[in-house]
Amino acid sequence: MATTAEGFQAHTEDEHHDADHKPGFFARWFMSTNHKDIGTLYLIFAIFAGIIGGAISGVMRAELAEPGIQILTQAWPLGAGEAGFDAALHHWNVLITAHGLIMVFFMVMPAMIGGFGNWFVPLMIGAPDMAFPRMNNISFWLTAVGFVSLMISTIMPGAAAGAGAGTGWTVYAPLATYGHDGPAVDFAIFSLHLAGAGSILGATNFITTIFNMRAPGMTLHKMPLFVWSVLITAFLLLLALPVLAAAITMLLTDRNFGTTFFDPAGGGDPVLYQHLFWFFGHPEVYIMILPGFGMISQIVATFSRKPVFGYLGMAYAMVAIGVVGFVVWAHHMYTVGLDVNTKMYFTAATMVIAVPTGVKIFSWIATMWGGSLEFKSPMVWALGFIFLFTVGGVTGVYLANGGVDDVVHDTYFVVAHFHYVLSMGAVFSLFAGFYYWFPKMSGRMHSELLAHIHFWGFFIGVNVIFFPQHFLGWQGMPRRYPDYTAGYAYWNEISSIGYAIMAVSMLVFFANLAYAFIAGKRAAPNYWGEGATTLEWTLSSPPPYHQFETLPVIEESQGYHDHRPVAATPATS
Amino acid sequence: MRFGDWPHGVTRFVMVFWAAIALALVPQAVSAQDAAEAPAAEAAPAEGAAAAGDAAPVAGGYEPLGPEWIKGQPTAGGWDVQDQFSPIGETASGLHFGLMWVMGIICIFVLGLLLWVVVRYRRGANPTPSKTTHNTFIEVVWTLVPVLILVGIAVPSISLLSDQYESPPKDAVTIKVTGYQWYWGYGYPDNGGFEVISNMLPEDEAKAKGLPALLAVDNRLVVPVDTPLRIQTTAADVIHSFAVPSLWFKIDAVPGRLNERLLTIEEPGIYYGQCSELCGARHGYMPIAVEALPRDQWEAWVRSQPGGTVGDEAEAAPAAPAADASAAEGEEAAAENAGGAETAAATN
Repeated sequence: MATTAEGFQAHTEDEHHDADHKPGFFARWFMSTNHKDIGTLYLIFAIFAGIIGGAISGVMRAELAEPGIQILTQAWPLGAGEAGFDAALHHWNVLITAHGLIMVFFMVMPAMIGGFGNWFVPLMIGAPDMAFPRMNNISFWLTAVGFVSLMISTIMPGAAAGAGAGTGWTVYAPLATYGHDGPAVDFAIFSLHLAGAGSILGATNFITTIFNMRAPGMTLHKMPLFVWSVLITAFLLLLALPVLAAAITMLLTDRNFGTTFFDPAGGGDPVLYQHLFWFFGHPEVYIMILPGFGMISQIVATFSRKPVFGYLGMAYAMVAIGVVGFVVWAHHMYTVGLDVNTKMYFTAATMVIAVPTGVKIFSWIATMWGGSLEFKSPMVWALGFIFLFTVGGVTGVYLANGGVDDVVHDTYFVVAHFHYVLSMGAVFSLFAGFYYWFPKMSGRMHSELLAHIHFWGFFIGVNVIFFPQHFLGWQGMPRRYPDYTAGYAYWNEISSIGYAIMAVSMLVFFANLAYAFIAGKRAAPNYWGEGATTLEWTLSSPPPYHQFETLPVIEESQGYHDHRPVAATPATS
Repeated sequence: MRFGDWPHGVTRFVMVFWAAIALALVPQAVSAQDAAEAPAAEAAPAEGAAAAGDAAPVAGGYEPLGPEWIKGQPTAGGWDVQDQFSPIGETASGLHFGLMWVMGIICIFVLGLLLWVVVRYRRGANPTPSKTTHNTFIEVVWTLVPVLILVGIAVPSISLLSDQYESPPKDAVTIKVTGYQWYWGYGYPDNGGFEVISNMLPEDEAKAKGLPALLAVDNRLVVPVDTPLRIQTTAADVIHSFAVPSLWFKIDAVPGRLNERLLTIEEPGIYYGQCSELCGARHGYMPIAVEALPRDQWEAWVRSQPGGTVGDEAEAAPAAPAADASAAEGEEAAAENAGGAETAAATN
């Protein structure tokens, strides 16, 4: 492998073997073993997938702007073209499926764990790279190929009505078996297998790195909270994804090899699939949000110029969320016909999660309390996150009640809830992290003004999209409907207007990226000032290609907060 | 670097926006309170209409209820759950209102804390940060208070669940709901075992009859009012979900399984619902329309169905009271034997 890699290098000038010696273009970006380059690849990939997933939601909101079918009868990919009414409706199901799978597996997860995790876990713990750099490479390319497989599935024959997998991101049997006889679902399953395998490899890499490669003196209880969050996320991935792999493999054999795991005609049970899927699916939602928790902790502490409040409580609240997250899965299945005791248990267990989540919200506020707050772009996104995640959190407690859930299960209330915690929770933390670390990664400062305009446009836009969806859900509008009766028209129209506001704000985001690369000021090593105290701020922006060739040392006297070399730190007042 | 160097104005800029949001939220909170009282006021005329209407359906023969009887459907711009017409719906919507208050108060509390922190501890107002990182008392408080709130929610919530799982009494009317791609079948195993096939009305037909498009159906699920109904759901192909928001009722129809839930409807009327589990292309086009009639009119409707019989005829036959399940199965088989003819008759 190494010799092959060297073969692609343009110039091998070995006498200048300094830390910034980079391989040639192909070897650097296609055979990369450098955690920062792989992190960059993940971020570019996530932005690309996010554009596609976001465009799909634009098609969906355009269709839902008024009653009737307007967009789905247009040419592909907006609609199914001339293929007929059922094909148009099936195309809708393909769109919602693709939107869900792309945003979960190919946008949020690659950005959070692959992107920021790869970039900053080694930097924050003072490690030169990840523990298994080549496995890191294959993790990325498995994810990328998984995305290709998902894209292929949209043009393969799916159900009788048309091409593509219209199963929803949950791929429930028997709609995914009996209901879809074409190979589209097989490609979608293959896509999940690839992305899942990539994530499992990535998870083992993070666990090994964090357990074995921390700088001398950095005990577990001195790690930055972002590293804690990625460690817990990696354990969730490692325990949850194999269950998904098993479930979709059983689905695959049901479809192709005559097994009947989920087919009652052969003694199977469709509900078994749902148990397996949600045993993965519920930890998955914490996989998507925990790294965000970690980023918000770093950002709030930095811009308050104050160590994070209740560090141990914050770390173990995440551990508690991870553990309890594994025993609440059936709240996604309240209407499936669970018996009363099961439903009571899952109601109670689900509500328990609100306690550690509340600890986190209040600890963030306590971190700011008494601080000296500076409202730079990452901080306004973090403040937006805290409020919007609270809104999504309380509707989660509402939904936890199995008896109340009966009226809103599988309605737009659920859609509003999980977009408040993901589209606003996870995505706000992603943008907060992006503005926090973009100059560190690129070496160029972005525009604070554009970042603030982006924030306000996005904040107003997503609230206008999703807040009315609570009302639609209470009024009974089911999810995954391309068309609705006149009674639901009012809030749907407002929701679609919100999408336009959000979309314009995203143009500001891309303009800001362009601005930074064309005219952005060079970033100093620590451009956020004295509040930024973790190890990545001791390095240049961007960091050298290989960092920490001499390991940094965390002294006994240093706490969890300030990891800067003692000599360089002025005595605290 | 025209845009990038903009640090000092930022503080005030952000403050103004937070203040604007706060101002925007206050009138909303007030109007939310107003609106919370509104449904109570609306309930009175609705009951009045029902009372006046009880006599309206003609006695004797069966006439489908007209659009003036629609009670369960979404309202344009409606922001709350639909009015409830079942005992469980009334209990549950009480808990729902309580939860709405809890949610609103927590959100406003957190927003208030954030605004306070943003105003009081901005760099301009507090240039020197404190170094406080622990306070055991406050940490215990913000762990225990949420626990107490959750216990307060859990008690009525668990009791609601046990109410929902109350078993139907022996004299309950059994209705077997079967989900198909993409229509519903309503079997009446206690009443001769006929099955009514229910398809969505095309939009122009629905409008011609004054019924809501995408909710109106050709044959409704006709049930007696004020009578316990044993709703059993299953599916013939993929998973569907039988849902009626104004009755607080939703139970999946899963192939190979028979789910059962008690339902009682308190007023005669029409209650609309929609399939609530993704079931393929026409998932959005298999609505549910429940028509609750006074007992005598419901019996007249049953007799008008092919093979439809009412309690007295059934009692005259040698009954098998102990084995409910096997009796139901026998009747299902009968329904299947006769299914073809009845389907044709029911979809006329």
